[in-house]
Amino acid sequence: MTQTVESPLARKDFVSDQEVRWCPGCGDYAILAQMQKVLPEIGVAREQIVFISGIGCSSRFPYYMNTYGVHSIHGRAPTIATGLKSVNPDLSVWVITGDGDGLSIGGNHLIHCLRRNVDVKIILFNNRIYGLTKGQYSPTSLGGHRTKTSPMGSIDYPLNPISVAIGAEATFVARTQDTNTKHLQEVLRRAAAHKGTAFVEIFQNCVVYNPTAWDHTTKADIRDDNILYLEDGQPLIFGKDRDKGVRVNGMVPEVVQLGDGIDEAELTVHREDMDNTSYAYMLSRMLHPEFPQPFGILRAVSRPSYTDMLVQQVDEARASQKADLAGLLHSSDTWVVE
Amino acid sequence: MADSPASSTGVSDQAPQVDGDRQQESVVIRFSGDSGDGMQLTGDQFTNASAILGNDVSTFPDFPAEIRAPVGTIPGLSGFQVNFASNDIYTSGDEPQILVAMNPAALAANLEDLQPGGVIIVNDDAFTKNNLRKAGYDENPLDNPDALRGYELHRVALTTLTRTALEDIEGMTNQQKDLCKNGFALGLAFWLFDRPLDSTLSFYAKKFAKRPQVVEANTRALKAGYAYGETTESFSGRITVPARTEVPPGIYRRITGNEAVVLGLVTAARKANKTLFYGSYPITPASPILEGLAALKHFDVRTFQAEDEIAAIGSIIGGAFGGALSATASSGPGIALKSEGIGLAVVLELPMVIINVQRGGPSTGLPTKTEQADLLEMFFGRNGECPVPIVAAATSGDCFDITIEACRIALRSMTPVYVLSDGYVANNSEPWQIPDVDAIAPIECDFRTDPKGYQPYMRDPKTLARPWVVPGTPGMEHRIGGLGKQDGSGNVSYDPADNEHMIKIRAEKVARIADYIPELEVNGPEKGDGLVVGWGGTYGAIRAASERMQHEGHSVASVHLRHLNPFPRNLGEILGNYRHILVPELNLGQLSFILQAKFPFRVIQLNKVQGQPFKIREIVDKIRSILD
Ligand SMILES: Cc1ncc(C[n+]2csc(CCOP(=O)(O)OP(=O)(O)O)c2C)c(N)n1
Ligand code: SF4
Ligand SMILES: [Mg+2]
Repeated sequence: MTQTVESPLARKDFVSDQEVRWCPGCGDYAILAQMQKVLPEIGVAREQIVFISGIGCSSRFPYYMNTYGVHSIHGRAPTIATGLKSVNPDLSVWVITGDGDGLSIGGNHLIHCLRRNVDVKIILFNNRIYGLTKGQYSPTSLGGHRTKTSPMGSIDYPLNPISVAIGAEATFVARTQDTNTKHLQEVLRRAAAHKGTAFVEIFQNCVVYNPTAWDHTTKADIRDDNILYLEDGQPLIFGKDRDKGVRVNGMVPEVVQLGDGIDEAELTVHREDMDNTSYAYMLSRMLHPEFPQPFGILRAVSRPSYTDMLVQQVDEARASQKADLAGLLHSSDTWVVE
Repeated sequence: MADSPASSTGVSDQAPQVDGDRQQESVVIRFSGDSGDGMQLTGDQFTNASAILGNDVSTFPDFPAEIRAPVGTIPGLSGFQVNFASNDIYTSGDEPQILVAMNPAALAANLEDLQPGGVIIVNDDAFTKNNLRKAGYDENPLDNPDALRGYELHRVALTTLTRTALEDIEGMTNQQKDLCKNGFALGLAFWLFDRPLDSTLSFYAKKFAKRPQVVEANTRALKAGYAYGETTESFSGRITVPARTEVPPGIYRRITGNEAVVLGLVTAARKANKTLFYGSYPITPASPILEGLAALKHFDVRTFQAEDEIAAIGSIIGGAFGGALSATASSGPGIALKSEGIGLAVVLELPMVIINVQRGGPSTGLPTKTEQADLLEMFFGRNGECPVPIVAAATSGDCFDITIEACRIALRSMTPVYVLSDGYVANNSEPWQIPDVDAIAPIECDFRTDPKGYQPYMRDPKTLARPWVVPGTPGMEHRIGGLGKQDGSGNVSYDPADNEHMIKIRAEKVARIADYIPELEVNGPEKGDGLVVGWGGTYGAIRAASERMQHEGHSVASVHLRHLNPFPRNLGEILGNYRHILVPELNLGQLSFILQAKFPFRVIQLNKVQGQPFKIREIVDKIRSILD
């Protein structure tokens, strides 16, 4: 995977010949553009990169990437990625999924891929709606959300993708947003470099069916008060004027105003590498509007990946035992007929 | 089972009289007891000794779905039937001539299967009030001369005798000693049928190597059982079943269908020079395949125990895309879950093998029982026009060949292929002539690496297969998916003409497999009054039944379909050569339905859905009624 490329690749090398067919203004365009920008920089040959998706607007993504790709069936991309990685561990495998694809029909595969720490990158486009099927509520739609299938408001409690990922003990969990170009790039870069499952939630705007879902994190006048940018080793400070912080009071976080006798030293310092998931989980539970929502890398820990361990077992077995096929066929009580 | 030409038809019709030593062509014995009584092991050891002695053998293990159903009850019974013979046999026998019943429930449940005049050996100690009640007896049938009239009863105090034999072994509780009573029963059976003890003795030594006391206890129980037969006058003689004479020379072992699938997959991977990837979710009766392959990492076998069957099929789609020979197996409910994934595999045109070890359905059904009721599901159980080639194993040993055949078809025509096995074939063990691996033809399937002129859905003019290009190949990056597409480029297309073209070309690709699979061979006369057509695990019963009719002078033949989609190209011609066509199936007539739809001949059905294989006699009776 660390194979270096002869002539440096550029963004255009990752653009496929297929016409992109999302609605004008859809957040998916921005994500595609940043992915195409980042991939030439990660030091992986183009033919070593594979995108695998399920079904949904977001899942059309692989058709637009000039890499290897599979547009599969609803919710099942992690399973295909796992098989592919198992037989070809050197590939850089990316799963593209949506909030419905990844958390509804494919929720089971998602958590199992995460817990196994299969070395794939899972990018979940969260628009809190079923886009492709034209606007039904999804497992991340907020309570009360009125859609065609919830005319009186959704009575489902939503899932929080990063809480799910942390609950499944994902080794890399991050959140970013379609329009935060720089931040998105940085998160993708980090995800690409992670060994093991990297889970990235991207707040993605469905301009047609759920255009206000991310107003609080995108509108220029309020977004900085609603986003907490995480930086490893730095205190949890946020706000347009960077005058607010988060400190942990017992087990619960609280937002505090800096000044007035409270200084930075009292704030919680962010650490990505805590083996215990409680802190990352606590961060993931910081919900709007009570809290700013954490953006960046909530958790990045190192654990042997499923694929590494699989290869290791195969290597060990091969080193200790000969693959004698005729011997295998005879490996039972035998008798000879003359 | 050796496929030597027409010989006599398996099970002999009379029960043995134990009256001085005598010789028989074949014997069917059934061991039955509590699932904790070690009946599978006992049956297995008896079979092994018989096979090594040179008999043809066929077994039918029958165990409860629950791991531990209540002790002493009928649902808690575990049985193992062995048919051993000096001629070729094709089934585990219609009905036992000897019943070894470890408790009253075993007697109650199996008595009606026993041949008239048959021999019953019971553990007398187990016929306690409590056990009798659990088996539904008001009084002890052993004490009632009418209850077992017409059978030859041997009451053996297995528990007491075993305890006595192990008396001076220290540090063993009575309970532990009682676990050896199956060894005593086995020893007695060895004496009765004149089998050597060596293979079982060395089995004990190997299996309990770390517990010498257990080896000692089992060894003593086995020998005590043997000595009991010899010294007591309870039996007036022994029954010998000599070794087969017309057996093709070679090295033999016993094999179950599931074991043969494991070996077939590993062999196919070697022949195709590919890594084997196997993704599966445990389910009865398919789990032993996953267990078997998981132990073969030194063959570069990569197994993945998926979170469910949907993930299992997804994983092998990924494995196939990545260039591995990829396979999965499941049964009933698990196969149903895979169907959406198989549809994707058909459209992606990637090679893989899906093994369906059929069990009794529908729904959870009868997990440990056999049935053949998934054939139409294999043909049609997916959305859209979605053809999948289907092959089916005839016998346990054939699972090896048919698995390799499926891999060959998958790799040659770039398609998922279904292998049908069933609970009977999967668990039944029979002698298997170990093939010379070097004599098995290589499977040609090179990855394409030349980017010049490459298109993902360009096709081989003969087979219509598309090229296999794996990620990592420079200059050939491409995307494939489940959406409607254009042939050649593989680009997404909603054009009606493209859609119809793709549907037709996928169907044609599968149909053309008939060009390279072998023609069907008829067993029996080439023309005549009756043809019995079978598929799957009913092979043995059908063949034995039609041979029995031939021996009686009737012009009845049988054919066995190992390829079901497409059918062998000469099937229609063969069907036309007989006055009557009989199709026995363990379902309500699924192959009949297809034959009826494809060929202009009337088909007579014989159906059974009781979770049990056909008895030879059931088929013989049906043929008779047709010919009359
Ligand atoms: C088995 C199956 N069930 C239902 C569908 C219909 N379907 C397609 S996409 C989708 C929801 C997609 O939502 P999401 O994953 O959030 O993706 P988005 O379109 O919002 O990017 C549904 C229900 C399907 N394709 N397959
Ligand atoms: S429906 Fe929504 S998510 Fe789908 S392409 Fe249009 S804007 Fe994007
Ligand atoms: Mg969505």
